[in-house]
Formats: sequence, C-alpha cells, structure tokens
Amino acid sequence: MKLRGNTLVGGTLIGIVLLTALTAAVWTPYNPLQVNLRARLKPPSDLYWLGTDEFGRDVLSRIMAGAGTSVLVALLTVTFAVVVGVILGVVAGYVRGWTDRILMSVNDALLAFPGILLALGVMVVVGANKYGIVLALGLAYAPSVVRVVRGTVLSVREREYVEASRMIGNGEIYSMVRHVMPNCIAPIAVLSTSMFGWVLLSESALSFLGLGVPPPAPTWGNMLAASRPYMETATWLGIAPGLCIAFTLLGINLLGDSLRDRLDPRMAHA
Amino acid sequence: MLSYILRRLAFTIPTLLLVAIAVFTLVRLIPGDPVQLMLGDAADPAQVTEMRRALGLEEPLPVQFALWLSKVAVGDLGNSISNGLPVLPLMIERFQVSGVIVLLAVLCAALIAVPAGLLAAWRQNQPLDLAIVTGATMLLSIPTFWLGLLLLLLFGLKLGWLPVVGYVPFSENFGQALLYIVLPIVTLTMVEIGVMTRMSRAAAIDVLRLDYVTHARAKGLPERRVLMRHVLPNAFAPTWTLIGLILGNLLGGIAVLETVFTLPGLGRLLVDSIFARDYPVVQGCLLFTALIYVLVNLVVDLCYPLFDPRVQAE
Repeated sequence: MKLRGNTLVGGTLIGIVLLTALTAAVWTPYNPLQVNLRARLKPPSDLYWLGTDEFGRDVLSRIMAGAGTSVLVALLTVTFAVVVGVILGVVAGYVRGWTDRILMSVNDALLAFPGILLALGVMVVVGANKYGIVLALGLAYAPSVVRVVRGTVLSVREREYVEASRMIGNGEIYSMVRHVMPNCIAPIAVLSTSMFGWVLLSESALSFLGLGVPPPAPTWGNMLAASRPYMETATWLGIAPGLCIAFTLLGINLLGDSLRDRLDPRMAHA
Repeated sequence: MLSYILRRLAFTIPTLLLVAIAVFTLVRLIPGDPVQLMLGDAADPAQVTEMRRALGLEEPLPVQFALWLSKVAVGDLGNSISNGLPVLPLMIERFQVSGVIVLLAVLCAALIAVPAGLLAAWRQNQPLDLAIVTGATMLLSIPTFWLGLLLLLLFGLKLGWLPVVGYVPFSENFGQALLYIVLPIVTLTMVEIGVMTRMSRAAAIDVLRLDYVTHARAKGLPERRVLMRHVLPNAFAPTWTLIGLILGNLLGGIAVLETVFTLPGLGRLLVDSIFARDYPVVQGCLLFTALIYVLVNLVVDLCYPLFDPRVQAE
C-alpha cells in the first residue's frame, strides 16, 4: 500500500514538473526575460500569479522556464554519466586484467572525492554555462555508474546462459549486448533516478553560487540567489523557486524508493 | 588489526596522488596563460618571461609536477594573487569556521537520526514508522540553501531572535559566536537528519531480522534491552560509514550554506577565488578539501572495527 502511494505521489510530482518544462518550451504567460520596470517587485495578483521580480519579470513564467532548464540539464547530465559509465564499466568488467585495474583505481579515487567539489573544479576550467554544468556534473557522477555496471558484468559474464550463448557460436559482442547488458538495466534505472535528483540539487546549488547557468536565463537556483536582497520585502521571490526544487526532489525520492523496491529486491526495505 | 590499518593507509596513497594530479592539471587546462592572468594584460613581455621561469613553467610538465608536488608536500601552496598572503594559513583560518559548523551539525544530526531510525525499524510499517520515514524523506528533499533562507527569514528578520549577517570568532566572544552559528548548524542538521534516519532505519531492519535478535527476545529480554544492547551496536556500523561520507560531502558543498549565512568559511573562500581567478587559492582549497575528505574517511574506516569487529578479520 505504502509502495503504491509513493509511486503515485512521486509520479504525479515529476509528471507536473515534466509537463511544466514541456509547456514552457512553447508557452509561458509572459516572456520570462521581458524586463518591465513599471511592474517591479509586485506581489502575487490576478495579473502576475506569483508576483514579479526586481526587474518586473513575471515569476511564474520564470519558474516555468527554469523547470525547462533544470530538467534539460539534469536529463543531459544523467545521459552523459550513464553513457560514459556504461562504456567504461563494460570495458573494465569485460577486458579485466590491467585495463580493469587502472580504470578502477582511477574510478575509486574519483568516488573517494565529493562530487560537488569535482564539479566545482571542472567549472573552473569550462566556465559557468549550461553545457559546462553537464560536463562537470556528468564527470562527477559517472564513476558510480562505472562501479555498478562493472559489478553486474563481472557477476553475470560467467553464468551458464552467457556461456551457452558463446557455445552456440554467438560472438562476444552479441553475447554481451544480448545477454549481459539487460542485467544492468535495473540497477542503472535505480541509480539514474537518484542521480537525477542529485544533479538537479547540484545544478541549483551551483546556480545559487553563481557558478551554474548564468543570468538572465532563469533557473530555480539563480532565482533563489537573486531573491536574497529582497527576502524581507518581497518574500514571494524566495518561496516559489525553493518550493519547486523541494517538490521535485520529493517526487524523485519517492519515485526512486518505489523503483528500487520493485527492481532491486535486495534493497526492498531500505 | 595492524594489517588492516596498513592496508587502509596504502589505499589512500593512489587517491591522494590522483587528486594532486587532477588539481595540477585542472589549473593548466584553464584557457589562457596563467602568468598573463596573474600579471594582468598590461604586463611587459620581459616580466612575463621572467615570471614564467621563476614559476618553472618553462620546464616539461612532469618536471613541473614534481617541483609543485615537492612544495605542496611541505605545505607551500604559494601565495594568493589577490592579496599576496600565503595560501595555507589563509585556508586553515577559514577551515576553522567550516569545520566547527560541519562537525557540530553532523553530531546533532546523528544524535537525533540514529535513535529515530532505530525506532522506525522497530515499528516497521506501523504509523510511527510511516511518520518517521515521511518526515525523513521530506527533510531529504529540502535544499540546504532554501531551508537556510527560510530560517533566516523567520528567526532573523521576522522574529529578530538571531543575527542575520556576519560571524564572530569563538576566540573573541564565545556567546556571540554561538549565536551566529546556531542557524547554519540547525539548517545542516535538519537536512542531514533525513539521510541518516533512512540509513539507520534500513540497517536496523536488517539486524532485527537476524536469529540472534529473535533469540534475545525468546530468552525474555525486555524490548528496550534487545534494541539497545543487541540491535543498536550492529545497526550503527553502516550509519557510521555514512557519517564519514556526509562529513566530507558537507565540507565540499558548504559554500552554499556559507553564502546564505555570509560566513567566512573555506567553501566561500573557494568560490570567491574562482570568481577572482585567484588560481593558487583555488588549487589550495580543492587540494585541502580533498585531503580532509580522504583523512576523515580514513579515520572513519579505521574506527569501523570498533563497531563491527568482523571487518578486520576479513
């Protein structure tokens, strides 16, 4: 019962976020970048549902556009981390020997390093922009994928059914793709879900620091950062973006829990 | 025991070496000439060549790395470009601010989260468990910087109970210092309670299923004693490892919290130096934080056999 509740609430929250992001791609109530100095810092009203910011830009439109940016960055980053992680993980688990040993010591060293710090380091080099974040966070999170994939490959590659596939004359690559890789899908799905949450949080934290998506492009993180000077006089500026981040993360966490319960029986009660 | 310690120590060396290589390479990957950046655009070419030689930038890369590493090993991380001060003392001063906050927050979080997780596991799938898990999941979903801003708004601006901006060192005025770091600590504690409670609950559930717990109950021990004497010690070990990871991660991500509360900590120093293109300080901060992270996890791992004696037998 609890499980279905998690899926339902989590799914609904994430559904709303995705829908908002998609809608923002084609329509927002106002242009999220349109400065209107006559409508500065207006509280929520019929005209501006969530009020306006210090440049008179509509907060609702910016929240919607921000959803688009955050979701895009998170999806790209997770895809990047998964692709890099799967390739390296399969190579390490398949080739074994020295390649594996070197790959895995580098990987473990990266894992023994706070992700956000690694991302900050990469941001120093690539500079603050949307694709810089994808690269920085992708590199920070790929090592966990490598670890999971390699582990699965190692545990499966000598099983009888993989052996049987080789016996009947299937090539190594075919056997890997057809019989070994499908075993990685469940753990990767679980990991990707929580990764989506981490990336979203890290991106908003970086944007909050001014090292993420640069203004004027709206993201929930840089909107929060911009709201600080007006915290007392224009409270609505700080409430909406924060709520959005929190609800998205809650959705991801709930969805992640139910996905893990379903796909990974070993962790069913965690 | 000794071999466990040695093995664990040996394991940190490649990590530290890799971190050093990464930090060394990172600064060299930055587009543009570092000397030009340090001296500004107006520098005269002779001066640039002179500085390049002084910094050893004319040497081949591996030689540069060796030179740099030998300096780092004795604590010479160079001087800040912005104010000319040596990097290491600067970082240590800033680290004291961040370190105190992170340590106290993790301690508070553990004191609340471990019993809460145990309680939830004990009442698994009952209303109390559901309430604790829901609470933990919600706390887990609130970004630190937003929670910090909200608390600041409520206790600092609306109620006026606590100071909003600034920091007083402990050496200056203990009471005042405490007043300034209450909110940052509460913020961090609340967020970390979420992760820790879930971990300690999961670990306790694993332990509660084991035969020896059933046995303890069968021989008539009161529930209180079963939990405290038999479940808690074994369930604590995984949480202990998590505490190490959290300590390190918090230190890496503390810049955000320090920005919210305008604290002069290590994270803020790193971010400010990134903006100021003060690369010796950036390099130093990255290296220093990574070193602390590795050391914290080393200490945590070395203490692990105290909670789970099976480990060193492996």
